[in-house]
Amino acid sequence: MPTLWIRRAHVIDPAARRSAPGDLFVRDGKLVASLTPAEKRRARKFDGTGLVACPGLVDIHVHFREPGQTQKETIATGSRAAAAGGFTTVVCMPNTLPPADNAGTIQFIMDAIRRDAVVKVLPTGCITIGQKGESLAPIGSLKRAGVVAITDDGDCVQSNELMRRAVEYARMFGLPVMDHCQDRSMTVGAVMNEGVISTRLGLKGWPHAAEDLIVSRDIILAGCTGAHIHLQHISSRNSVELVRRAKAAGIRITAEATPHHLALTEEALATYDTNYKMNPPLRTEVDRQAIIAGLRDGTLDCVATDHAPHTPDEKDREFDFAANGILGLETALPVVLDVLCRQSRFKLERVIDLMTRKPAGILGLPAGTLQSGAAADICLFDPKEAWRYDARAGASKSSNSPWHGRTLCGRVRATIVDGRFVFEQ
Amino acid sequence: MSWTRKHLLTIEDLTLAEIEQLHATSAAFKKILGRNVKKVPALRGKTIVNLFLEPSTRTRMAFEMAAKRLSADVIAFDAASSSTQKGETLRDTAQNIQALDADMIVIRHAASGSPLYLSKILDIPVINAGDGAHEHPTQGLLDTFTMCERLGSLKGRKVVILGDILFSRVARSNIHALTKMGAAVTLVGPATLVPSWFTSMGVEVSHDLKSALADAEVVMLLRIQHERQGESHFPSLGEYTSMFGLNKTRASWLNPRAIIMHPGPINRGVEIDSELADGDRSVILEQVTNGIAVRMAVLYLCAGFQPEPMISSTR
Repeated sequence: MPTLWIRRAHVIDPAARRSAPGDLFVRDGKLVASLTPAEKRRARKFDGTGLVACPGLVDIHVHFREPGQTQKETIATGSRAAAAGGFTTVVCMPNTLPPADNAGTIQFIMDAIRRDAVVKVLPTGCITIGQKGESLAPIGSLKRAGVVAITDDGDCVQSNELMRRAVEYARMFGLPVMDHCQDRSMTVGAVMNEGVISTRLGLKGWPHAAEDLIVSRDIILAGCTGAHIHLQHISSRNSVELVRRAKAAGIRITAEATPHHLALTEEALATYDTNYKMNPPLRTEVDRQAIIAGLRDGTLDCVATDHAPHTPDEKDREFDFAANGILGLETALPVVLDVLCRQSRFKLERVIDLMTRKPAGILGLPAGTLQSGAAADICLFDPKEAWRYDARAGASKSSNSPWHGRTLCGRVRATIVDGRFVFEQ
Repeated sequence: MSWTRKHLLTIEDLTLAEIEQLHATSAAFKKILGRNVKKVPALRGKTIVNLFLEPSTRTRMAFEMAAKRLSADVIAFDAASSSTQKGETLRDTAQNIQALDADMIVIRHAASGSPLYLSKILDIPVINAGDGAHEHPTQGLLDTFTMCERLGSLKGRKVVILGDILFSRVARSNIHALTKMGAAVTLVGPATLVPSWFTSMGVEVSHDLKSALADAEVVMLLRIQHERQGESHFPSLGEYTSMFGLNKTRASWLNPRAIIMHPGPINRGVEIDSELADGDRSVILEQVTNGIAVRMAVLYLCAGFQPEPMISSTR
């Protein structure tokens, strides 16, 4: 395996509290402190002038749709989209067809990953069989087959008793439980945030209370079982506050925020553009600011994209009938840089932390650092380069992005996994 | 001022001047409807497709009547026997209708925003005949037209809309039209059907019928949908009637010259007593009649004609 010498980059490694101009050295797929002069002569040299070199980004919430919905995305295309966005480790959700609720399906996914993935793709398994919320999936077998967490993703477990047993049981294996917090009874037919805009548009509202209730439930269950529950894509200001108090009380709760909930609000729905339809929905400016504040004070632990590819046919429909979700991987970094660094004055180091060390830490993944001995998973990006995002020309199989056609600032120039370039431009 | 709008999708988009133009044109057509020969040749040779993907009687008939009075050919698209049942998308259905050389499309759809969606796909004018709980612009126009006929200017007049506002496209279109015309609008009904979000649209929200009806010059009732019973929005039709149904006693709280309106279909004895629905103050059937003139005006203007000259030439 070739040696690699990244020269004159601004190296940011929050895990090592490193942020300074410098070089990175890679031997045998691992980061090393230095290379010998002979190795340096032979090494592939990459000029990092003007670029930031940081740990490969980590996304603990993506949908790669394989098996069963490969018209939307595959592990091959999804992992290339990840690479194009600077991500080197991604965690894919189990809402495939069939759902990843048994070791056989996980095995199938693992085979596809070994065969097709260009970045590190890690599977999750279902909490309940068929994500139906009725009976527990074989969580131990799922763990043995290689899942890094369990979740019923979009089909939030409604039974408090079942959720309690799930987290108790999963805790035995050290498996975090990830929850998409949504009270179903309050959100039947709901397609956007309940409020002024839904009232005007005549669309069925999804009240933030439906998220807050399940967030409260999960906090209580994490508290009484001692299990770790990770709350996915927090969208409501009340939920941020609930998590803040839970953390102050020492409860094992972690939570993520998506780039779209950081950048956008329900105002974007005024023209019924289905590229702004997602679940949980975009909410108000007050909610958006609360999510930013939550990331600032550590209440929210990380950024995760909820990369959700859908075909044009599924999005190009009446708003009520269009699929929920948008692409995230290829736009996450510039969008987050814009919202957090430029608009909200976060330090760049902090933003990188939220996209590397922190998400890796939530699931205990061996990723998110540039320290010697670590896998050479590296993202190189130009924080100042402006570029026009063309979703149709992207690496994902789908193109359902609200950022299509927009000029974004901050561009990934190279993504390296285990010392190999998996994306370069 | 000339008419430049090709589609009629919402009242929210319209300016006050446009609403007034539509009303003036409606008034001109209403005169024609009083003549022996009720037809004008304006849209001769044009084909209008009524794409009604949700049940409708009144609106559909009024649109058909209006189109025929303008000498257009009308084709009704029956959702029950159509290709939408076979899974054809709205885009494909609409593009096929356009490919069949329709000149205009009138759409009624259960999904809010569908007319806007169609207007972005098609080259021909799209007229919204009701989309989900969003808007029903021709209803808003005919309601305000009827109010103006009875009361003159609506500026400063108190208009009460009573009933299931949350799910009502009629309410939303009326709210936009009335607020643009300067009326003082109060929405009344149970809190579950009249959420306070509506105040952002420039109206009052009340759950107290007596104070709301006091001195109102218009009370517009909305149909209470039986389907909602058993959901959690209100306990029963009986309770609704006892709390919010309009009866003689409650009608006495209104301004003496107040008119009573209802977009239909009426649930007699639920939201309104028959006595009132059929009484002197009721303009419910006038609304229906005016619906033809208003829809003639909408079809006429969106087909590209200008308000005054063409109408006078048909006189």
